[in-house]
This record gives sequence, structure tokens and C-alpha cells, in this order.
Amino acid sequence: MIINHPLLGPRDAAEFVYLGDAALIDRPDPEAENADEQFYEYGYLRDNPAGAHQELWYHEQGDRSWLVVTRDTLTHEITGVKLARDEAKKRGRNK
Amino acid sequence: MSQQTHRISGGLIDRSSTLEFTFNGKKMQGHPGDTLASALLANGQRLVGRGFKYHRPRGIFTAGSEEPNALVQLRSGAHQEPNTRATVTELFDGLTATSQNHRGSLEFDFMAVTDLLSPFLSAGFYYKTFMWPKAFWEKIYEPIIRSSAGLGSLSMQEDPDIYDKGFLHCDLLVIGSGPAGLAAALSAARSGAQVILADEDYHAGGRLNAETYDIDGISGSDWAAQTLAELSAMDNVRVMVRTTVYGAYDHGVFGALERCTDHLASSDGKPRQVLWRIYSKRSLLSAGATERPIAFGNNDRPGIMLAGAVRTYVNRYGVSPGKQVAIFTNNDDGWRTATDLAAKGVDISAVIDARDIEPPASVHGAAVYMGSSVVDTAGRKGLRAITLASGERLEADCLAVSGGWNPNVHLTCHQRGKPQWRNEINAFVPGSTLPAGMRVAGAANGALSLGAALRDGTDCATSIMADLGFKSKASKAPTASDEAHASSAYWHVPESRPRAWLDMQNDVTVKDIKQSFKEGFRSVEHLKRYTTLGMATDQGKTSNIPALAIMAECTGKTIPETGTTIFRPPYTPIPMGALAGRARGKDFRPYRLTPSHKWAENNGATFVETGNWLRAQWFARPGEKGWRDSVDREVEMTRASVGICDVTTLGKIDIQGKDAAEFLNHVYTNAFLKLPVGKVRYGLMLREDGIAYDDGTTARLGENHFVMTTTTANAVLVFRRLEFARQCLWPGLDVHLISTTDGWAQFAVAGPNSRNLLSKVIDAPFDLSNDAFPFMACSELTICGGTPARLFRISFSGEMAYEIAVPARFGNAMMGVLMEAGKEYDAVPYGTEALGVMRIEKGHAAGNELNGQTTALNLGLGGFVSKKKDCIGKTLSQRPELNRDDAIRLVGFKPVDHSQPLLAGSHFITKGDTANMANDQGWMTSVAYSPTFGHSIGLGFIKRGHERKGEIIRVVNPARNIEVEAEIVSPHFYDPEGGLQRG
Amino acid sequence: MRYSAFEILKQGLSGNKGWKPVWREPEPKAEYDVIIVGGGGHGLSTAYYLSKVYGMRNIAVLEKGWLGSGNIGRNTTIIRSNYMMPGNQPFYEFSLKLWEGLEQDFNYNAMVSQRSILNLFHSDPQRDAFVRRANAMILSGADAELADEAQLRRELPFLDFDNARFPIKGGLYQRRGGTVRHDAVAWGYARGADSHGVDIIQNCEVTGFDIENGVCTGVQSSKGRIRAKKVAVCVAGSSSRVMSLAGMRLPIESHVLQAFVTEGLKPTLPGVITFGAGHFYVSQSDKGGLVFGGDIDGYNTYAQRGNLPVVEDVAEGGMAIMPMIGRTRLLRSWGGVMDMSMDGSPFIDKTHIEGLYFNGGWCYGGFKATPASGYCYAHLLANDTPHPVATEMRLDRFKRGHIIDEKGQGNQPNLH
Repeated sequence: MIINHPLLGPRDAAEFVYLGDAALIDRPDPEAENADEQFYEYGYLRDNPAGAHQELWYHEQGDRSWLVVTRDTLTHEITGVKLARDEAKKRGRNK
Repeated sequence: MSQQTHRISGGLIDRSSTLEFTFNGKKMQGHPGDTLASALLANGQRLVGRGFKYHRPRGIFTAGSEEPNALVQLRSGAHQEPNTRATVTELFDGLTATSQNHRGSLEFDFMAVTDLLSPFLSAGFYYKTFMWPKAFWEKIYEPIIRSSAGLGSLSMQEDPDIYDKGFLHCDLLVIGSGPAGLAAALSAARSGAQVILADEDYHAGGRLNAETYDIDGISGSDWAAQTLAELSAMDNVRVMVRTTVYGAYDHGVFGALERCTDHLASSDGKPRQVLWRIYSKRSLLSAGATERPIAFGNNDRPGIMLAGAVRTYVNRYGVSPGKQVAIFTNNDDGWRTATDLAAKGVDISAVIDARDIEPPASVHGAAVYMGSSVVDTAGRKGLRAITLASGERLEADCLAVSGGWNPNVHLTCHQRGKPQWRNEINAFVPGSTLPAGMRVAGAANGALSLGAALRDGTDCATSIMADLGFKSKASKAPTASDEAHASSAYWHVPESRPRAWLDMQNDVTVKDIKQSFKEGFRSVEHLKRYTTLGMATDQGKTSNIPALAIMAECTGKTIPETGTTIFRPPYTPIPMGALAGRARGKDFRPYRLTPSHKWAENNGATFVETGNWLRAQWFARPGEKGWRDSVDREVEMTRASVGICDVTTLGKIDIQGKDAAEFLNHVYTNAFLKLPVGKVRYGLMLREDGIAYDDGTTARLGENHFVMTTTTANAVLVFRRLEFARQCLWPGLDVHLISTTDGWAQFAVAGPNSRNLLSKVIDAPFDLSNDAFPFMACSELTICGGTPARLFRISFSGEMAYEIAVPARFGNAMMGVLMEAGKEYDAVPYGTEALGVMRIEKGHAAGNELNGQTTALNLGLGGFVSKKKDCIGKTLSQRPELNRDDAIRLVGFKPVDHSQPLLAGSHFITKGDTANMANDQGWMTSVAYSPTFGHSIGLGFIKRGHERKGEIIRVVNPARNIEVEAEIVSPHFYDPEGGLQRG
Repeated sequence: MRYSAFEILKQGLSGNKGWKPVWREPEPKAEYDVIIVGGGGHGLSTAYYLSKVYGMRNIAVLEKGWLGSGNIGRNTTIIRSNYMMPGNQPFYEFSLKLWEGLEQDFNYNAMVSQRSILNLFHSDPQRDAFVRRANAMILSGADAELADEAQLRRELPFLDFDNARFPIKGGLYQRRGGTVRHDAVAWGYARGADSHGVDIIQNCEVTGFDIENGVCTGVQSSKGRIRAKKVAVCVAGSSSRVMSLAGMRLPIESHVLQAFVTEGLKPTLPGVITFGAGHFYVSQSDKGGLVFGGDIDGYNTYAQRGNLPVVEDVAEGGMAIMPMIGRTRLLRSWGGVMDMSMDGSPFIDKTHIEGLYFNGGWCYGGFKATPASGYCYAHLLANDTPHPVATEMRLDRFKRGHIIDEKGQGNQPNLH
């Protein structure tokens, strides 16, 4: 597979390390009332869709960016690549 | 030449040179340009192998990579290469080949008796028997089946050849250099695109070299040669012959195997093959088509071949496979074999066409049978005669069979695309879903005439170039005739009574398909799996479609309704050596060497693999009888005076930024906000699931500057996780990370004389005194007159100890400097074994304890999880079953009988209980012989361990058949109060 | 029809014309006591044991494709019980015992071949972990045997002992481990279940569950609505997709594991061998091909195919331990989609929806579990209580903190 890195251009997926669903960005608030329930779902439950999947890839043999890649799990077609840091901020993680 | 009884005129072979080779020890001759198969045929050798199951005599069936029968063992000794297709093996001088899969000689195979038992060996017979008595399967039946199965054998010696790998990039990859591929490559290349043209053959041109068609007024093979010459002269084109594009992977990546020296007697130190990964913007599959046979009685005899292959041998190799050839066809193309052979003066005894139509051509001297068929053949070790449906018997030593052509759609299906049926040509063509960027042209796309293939190739290239933004030079397709290729859906001869073979290699017959249907194995996948159809080394290239057609006949469905099996990579088999390339032996993975590696080598070190690192394990001195002597001495000397150990392999992460401390607070369980500058703190990290992950020390070198250490094993992983935390979880923090593991050489200097030693190397006025630089202090400083260094007062051994870091390039020298300075204290270097002994004596957890299954509570580190702040893993670490009262705890163990060793991996059973898993109390994680205490000691996890100190427990090790008793003690054997390290 | 050497003789003498269909091709009835969704190995074995051991008869197995088209049709055929964790070991040992009597039980030769499995180790910490595992196995009643380098040199002289990047220091044998002809397992179970009256309905895709007031009353399928007292999902590889039809999210990701086979060879390898310092495991099939595999590709996917980096990585592992395979050729590679669970261990459990049951999360280890999985699932379906060897394979274990993590990799499925 080839991932079109937003800063570095097309790169072989073998340069990256895969983590999983980009929902892992959305770490729950540990102070929330049902934090244990939220952390359980965050830590263990996955949508695991057959189709478009937003997922985290780390450019370990490159610039060490974490990326959010939108990839179809049926065809492996990649339709979007963003810096995870930007995506995290967009999702309201500003700390 | 006299041996080459079947050599005729013409062909693309070099008759000026003669190559000697042997088959089963028999000397034969051929010419450059021959394959092993064409040379065998030229020498009149029709019998080349034995069938898989019934050991029937088999000959050469095709002239290409689809060959099911003519598999030989090539070369000898460690170069022995089983299951090699004679039809694609380029002849070289001195080639040796032997036949496979027979007991006794090829001519008299004792195993041929199985053919007589064939009524009892029908499809799937082995699923229905061999079950009684039960023990017989493994002892008797299976060994017999195994030794009869398989084909060739390995030498069992290491492959002596080397293999390389490489990457290639292109705008357009053209797969197959037949007419469509050549036309396309030419058109694209003239547009200026980067083009790779690959072909599995050593002679590019595809069927043009095997046919007698004209293109643009010259012979097809001349046109091919001319086109290749033009392409080869262009800078933007790479023509790769002997290169099989074997797999289509995601996003335009292809796997290709180039055979560099297989056509030579010896690879002579050069890579035998190169595995290419080709990155293409677009690809064009122009892989041609494969002819399929018609199934009829005893259609597997040597001498019965595909009609197109017969034509190839005659036209390309100047070999006539027979002296008296009959042709059996269901289509117009089969007649081409007749006319080509007749033109060469080969005696054609008959043309038999299953269609009851007007003969499409006239063939001089041949009897023509329209609407007829071949029902049986004769000739045990080679065809002698054929019998027609009418009962008429005709002499023939070669029967050319054509059942029509199947487009080579394989690569279009590697990403699960499904081919679709086209009625006009009675074949599957590529479906609508193709691998991204792929187009298909020519016969592979169902364009079965030469003119159509040339036009298709040119058109595809033109449209691809437009798509890629190249200005296409108006390129006119080369012109050639649109020859007749009408075919009929005629798959097998129903009137045939003897067994009719479909899969020649796996010995699957028409009857087997019918039985499979009868027993309910009707889906294509069931058919394949039950009968083993198409699972041999040819993957059913010639047999799958006829078999499918017969199953469709049985079920009353159409062929497309019946379906098709899934094509999977590789297109043709790829040697394991090539897939592995250079990554084998010592080069399987790179070595990481510590900065003081050379020093260690020169000073008697034995090394041990630690991940990819090679670390000094111990340093033997003359007179020491075994490793224990060395390790005991290293521990004793360190504890008595001073020892030095290269600890560079521990991960080091430089953390800077005004939010660095806050960042550490998130990733460590314990608090870091208030760590003063110039101090070091132990830190524990959890995974988000609450399990302990890694530990180490982090030093605050400045207000906004920390240096973290991790375990050796987790150095890369912790850095990855920290970057995740930094970029994804807390992207607003002002903090940056750099891995400096390789940047700094770091040495532990441990023992009561460590301060004295170090004071000799550090530059004034740095004050090393305990007051100025106490336990857990850190500082940047210079040593040896200006060399920058970092000093940490931390201890893994439990002694008064330091770790000193210098830029890695000084690492080897630094080891020498420290040893020199330590001479007066009898300083010793120590390796990982002594390091391990001292950490067990001290009760520190390491990899065997931090094994990804244990919590802070289990490790006795519960107190390090701050109650006042959140950190990664905290919430989930509070789940009830991780905090049960009877949770395992890390404790120490002492053998009751001090002379007995403890062994890691032993389990704990309470005294009086039976040793079984229900009574399992935990396990021993780490053990060492402690020279300090004079007996074996151990660390381990045991239920409620913290409440059981003093209990005597059974330490059972049934795998080693050993049991000892041990006392549960504190894990901190050595200096539990920690006075020494603070000293 | 009972299979035997006599039957083969009889049929052979009459032209093999008398063989009967191994299973019927029924249309679905309006209602069943139990509908098993998924006609792969686990679904078929569930139907078999439910009908044979637990006496239920009114059962349907609904299979979207052809029976046996689950991962039973595309695995590397290894059986073993060399597990360590208390939640796993008794289950896999139960499975191995079922394998040992399976063929006589269902009258079908699945070629269960206890050729042994050997896990090589290459370092002291790895040895310690294997000793712990071996002891756990023995204490659970399974067999385990430690071999040192000298023994391995005698038994497997073709391994790379002298030029290895990671020296072979020994290995953990389970002699009772081995291989089985995978497709035959599906066929044997299907034939057995069919003979007990189970309707195996191929080409029938479940498209929804009928759930009323928290109770599952049946399924919607490509062959219409079918009512059931109990619906048992057993579709590893597609678990998330199917359970999402019931509104459930699972602790599972789908990943592809590639597998490989070489051209046929005369006997080369005695048993199953696994490499401890790289990703590679291999055995030789009865047909002669070396069947091998390695790591999963590592990204979420439902495509039954993989990519080149893992192909190369696996081949490198192979050449690293047995460089004599360099001149044999890879014949075919394929990919199967795995239910990779959050701790590497499976689920056999009820769901929060009454009447809806779930079996999945088998990672790449489902094949060896086929008999026990079906047996325990059948037990659960028949009694509504877990079978004693499957008490810990619960969906709520992560919430409770009861993790069955053999490898210690944590909640990241692609590391298991």
C-alpha cells in the first residue's frame, strides 16, 4: 500500500506502523462521572466497519508523524490522509 | 546432430552452437534458444515423468509456464531444484535433469501398480477409510501416503545461491510482451512515459515467435524483434525478459521475479534471481491467453499436446514433436497448427474437428473428420494410435489438441476481482473490477486475433497516456490480419469410456468431477478441494475451465453460474530464496552494536542477542572454567570495589518544552511536576488498559529539559507511544521528543569505589561528594578535559553507582578511559549476566516481570500510581478483577536447601496440595545464583505474596522433572534499606 | 452411508456410481429451535454436537457462501493445546482430546496427524517463558516436553544452527500437536450434522435479526424470514459486521492473515515448527506442500488478501531457520480475515439480547479450537450455562478486568 503523507508525499505503507481506529484520539475525560464505562468502551469496543475506516498510522521510518488515514477496509482504497495532530485539535483536544 | 531425430528446419535457435545436456544420465544435445522441453523433443524423448497419483507415463503437454506434466529435478547437489518445468527452462551447456516421482526407473515405475487400483482411489477415497485401527493412520497409512505424495525433493542443504531485491518505479508497467504489449509499450514509450515491459519468457514477443503471421508486411517475429530494438534503445523504457510479474498488490504495486542466472550453468557469485517490487502509476496486463485441452479417454499419454504448443515447437524451436501428427480441435485456431505443420513438411495424418461444419481450411495430405472426436488412444509410454468416435483407429505419434483459448486473467483477480464469461469466445475475460490503475489488452482481454490485439494494445496505451497527461503522439496501430478464431463450447468427449484427464498433474479425471457432483461437492470451491483439481504446481491453468464446464453440465447451470475458482498470487511459483532475498543467516536482521563493542571484543567478551542488539554477556578471564566463574567474579568485584557496564541499549528520550513536565505527568503513573532540576526520578508507565508497560528513570536537566530512559526491549515502542500521546492525546502541549538512544553512550559505574574512579575522569571543579551530588542527582558536565558528558547517580545494582553518558562517538574510548582509571581499584567490566544477578539480588523488576500481563499492584509498585492525578492506564487499572485480594504479588524466593538451584518458569504449589493448575499459586519469573549470598535466589509472582513471607512453598517444575522447596521472602535480598546506594 | 474400506471396495467394483450426497440441500423451514449463523468449522461443529450430544434436532445452519467457506477453508491446519492461561488451557486441551477421537466419532477421515509441534526458543528469557508454559500445560494435564539444542540438532539437522542471527537454543515440543486436513473437518461435521437432521442451508445470507423487546426471535435472510427460539452467531472474520445488525459493538477488529503453500515435495519436515525470533511457522501437508505463515498484515481489513511486505517477512523467517527451502517454490498465497480480539482470546457467550448468542474472536487460532468451540457453544445453547472449560470466554471480561492475554500485548488486536 502507498500512503500519501501530507508533508512528504507518497510513501510505502511499510514505512509506517499501524495502530487502529482513529477513535483512539478521543481519550475520555478521566474526571467524567462514568469514566470507567467510557474508558472501557474507548479501550475495548470498536466499530470495525467494512468500508471507510479512519485509522492511525505512525511514520516510524520517516518523520514520526501520526496520521489519520481514511481507508476502505474492503478495497484498501485510501481517500484521505491528515496529520493526526491537526485532527486531534479539530476534535477539541487542545491540551 | 544425429541424435536430434525430431529437429526440423527454421526456428529461433542458434544452430551454429551445440549444447550438451543429460536427462536421467542420458547425453543429449540442443541449441541456444531451446528450452529443455524443446531439446528433449528434438532428441525424441517423449516420456519425461510420472503422474502424481497413478504414476502413469507423462510427456510434455505445453510450451509454456502452464505446464502440468513435464516437471523435472534440475541440477544436482545443493543446487538441486525440484519440480522445474522443462517447458520454461532455458537450455544451457552441461544442464542435468532427472525425472521425478517414480520408484525404479522412469520407464519401469513400480508405483504404476496404483493405476490398476484406480477404481478404489477415486476422488476423496482417503476421507472414507484409513480410520481403523486408529493408531494405523499415523504409523502406517499416512507415511505411505506422504512418501507417495509430493513430487521432487529438496537437497536438504542450504541454498548456495544469493538473491537480491529491488524497487522500480514507472508510469506504465506492461505485463507481457506479445503483440498487444509490444504495441502498447511502443505507443506509451513514444509519448515519453517511463515504461517497464516485462515478460516471463527469455525471448520477448509472446506468440509472435510461435506463429507465422505477418505484421505491417514483415513476419511477426521480425516485427517483434524490430519493436524491441526500438524500445530497448529508448532511455525511458526498461525491457525485462525472464521476468514474471507474479502478483498485483494494493495501489499499483506489483511483485516481479527476474531470473538472472537460471539460464547459465552457474550463477558464478552473481544473484541468481532478483525480486522486484514495481511501483506503477498504471499497468497494462497483456499476458495473452492459455490454450485448454479437450478431455477424452487416455488423453494423458506422452505425445498428446496442446495444439498451440505443437505449433510453438515447430515454428519457434524447429522441432516436430511427432513424425505423424493428428490434430483434434473444436475451433478454427486448431487448424492453424495443421497448416503450419503442413507448411513445414510435417506429416499430418488427420484433422478431427468436433464441429460438424465445413472445414475452415484445407490441409495437404491430411484426412479430415468433421463432427468427429477422439475417444481413446493407445501407446503405454508414448502415443501410437488414436481411436475416433466412429471406431476408426489412426496411427499417430503426436496428437495436437485444441479446446480453445482462455485469457490469462489471473492478475486481474489478485485483488478479488471476478472474471466474467464471454459467450462469443467461450471463455472468462477480466471483470469490471480491476486492481487500481490496471487495464487489460489483447488476448488477455479476449481480443483473440492478432489484428485486434495490436489495436487493443495501442488504444489502451493511448488512453492511459492521455489519463496520465502525456501528449500522445498519434500512434497508428500496427496492422495484421484478423484471423478466424471461432470456437465451440465442447469440453470433453462424452462417448469416451476410458478415464479422461482434466488435471494431469493431480490426476483428476472427468469421472472424479462427476463423482464430486454426485456426492454434493458442487460449488467450485468444494469441487476443487474435494478432487484437488487445480491445486498442483500449475494451479489448473489448463484444467480449471474444462472441469468447471463439466460441473456446469452436471448441475444444469451455466458456466458463469457455476463460478470460477479464485486466482491467487503468485502467477507462477516463486522460489522461497528469492522472497527472502539477503535476509537470511547472520543477515536475517541487522545487528546493533554497543559503542564499546570493539573494546569488549578485545577483552574476552561473550556476546548475547538482546533484540537486535549484541551485548557483552560476560568477560571471561584466563583460567575461568565456565560462565558462572566469570559472572560470579564480576558480581563480587563490583560489590567489593567497582564494575563497569555498557548500558547504552536502554532507550533514551530527550524531552523538551515548557510543558515537558506536564507531559511526563500524563505518561508516568507517578508525579513529575515537582521534580527539581538536577534530580532523577524512577518512573512507571502503564498501557491504557492498566497493565504495567515499562519503567525507567527520568532526569531533569533543566526547567524544560528531561531525559527519559526506557528498558532496552521497549525503547522503540515507548517512543512511539509517547509520540502518540504528544500528537494525538495532548496536541496542545508545548513539548518535543527526540530519541537519543544511539546518540549517547552510557556506562554504569557501580560499587563502593565508583566515586573514586569517576573523580579521576571528571573535570574540575565538579563536586562528586555525597552532599553535592547525592543519590538520584544528575548533571551535565565535562570529563577528560572538556568532553561533554552527563552524569546520573542512579543504581540498578544496589551499590553506590553512577551512569555516565558521553556522545556515542566517544563510547569505545570512554570504556578504555574508565577501565584505565579503575585499574587501581581492580575495576571489572561486567556483562548482562552479572547485571541480571545484581538486579535480582536487589529485587528490581525487569522484562520477565514486566511481561505485559502484570499490574503495578502485582509488581509491588502500587504506591507509584499517584492518587492525585490521571495518567495513561489509571482508570482501567482500577477494574475489580485486576485488584482482587488474591492477586499475584512479586516476592523473593530462597531454596530451603541452599545447595539446590531454583529454576525460572517453575510454578508454585502450596504444601500439601496436589500439583495441578487448579492449585497453581503463581510462577518463578527470574532466578540467579547469588555469589553474594552463596545460593540460588529467585523472584516470582505468587497469590497474596505480600502476606506470605516466611511460608515454605513447593516449587514444581514437571517439565524438567524437578521439585524443590523454597521460602517466600522479600524480593529485596540485597541491602533492603538502600543504604549502600545512598552511601 | 457408512464409510469404510469395504464401502470403497464395493463402490469401486461397481464403477463408483453408488456414492450418495454427503449432505442434503434443503430449503429453510419457517422456524427452528436453533439457527446457527455461519457454516464454517465452528458453526458446523456446533450443529453436530448440538444434535449429537445435546439431543436437539430442529436446527438450521445458515451459510452465506458454501459450507466450510469460513476460515476452516483457509488456514494452516495446526492443532495444539500449548496454552498457558487458566482461561485457555483446559479449553484447548479439551479440543485436542476431541480431535484425537474425532474421525471415529464422525466417520470421516480428517487426517488428524499428531506429528508434534515445536516452538523454538532463542534466548534465556524466551526459554524461561516456555518453561513456565510447559509447566502450566503439564499441570493442566496436557503434554509438553523441553528439548535442548543438542536434541534438536539430532532431530532436525536441517535447521540453521551454525549461522543463525538468533541462535536456536532449544524448543518446547507438544508431541500431541500436529495437523489436520482442514476442509475434511468441515465436511465431516456437516455430514454428521446433516445425518442428525440438521438443515445446512448454503447461499443463505443473514441480513438482519428480529429483535422484539430485547428478545431475538429469528433472522431475516436472503431466503426470507426464519423464526428461531435461539440464534447463535458463529461468523468469525465477519463478527463485527453481523453483530452490528443487532446493534452491538464488539471488542474485535478484523485483520488479514496470509498463508502460503509451496509446491509438493517428498517428505521434508516431520511436524510443525515455529520460529521464536521471527514470524514463521511451517508444516508439511500430506500432499507434500510446505504450509506456512507468519504475522498478520496488521491493518483492519475485510479483504481476503494481503500485501507484499508480510509475504517477504514470512519468507525471511523461513529462510532464517531452514535455509534448505530456498529452492522450493511458493505456489499459492491467500488471506483469511480474522476476528482479532482485544486480548487474543475468544468469546463463547450469551449477549445482552435474550436468545442471541455469540461465538467469535478466535484471532488466528480458531482452527484448532473447532471441536471444543462447537461443543462448548452447543452446551451453552442447550443449557444456557457455559461449559466448564469455557467459563472465562465472556464478553464482559474486559469490563471486569479479567484479561486472558497469552502474549501480554494488551488491548491492541494486531499485536496478538
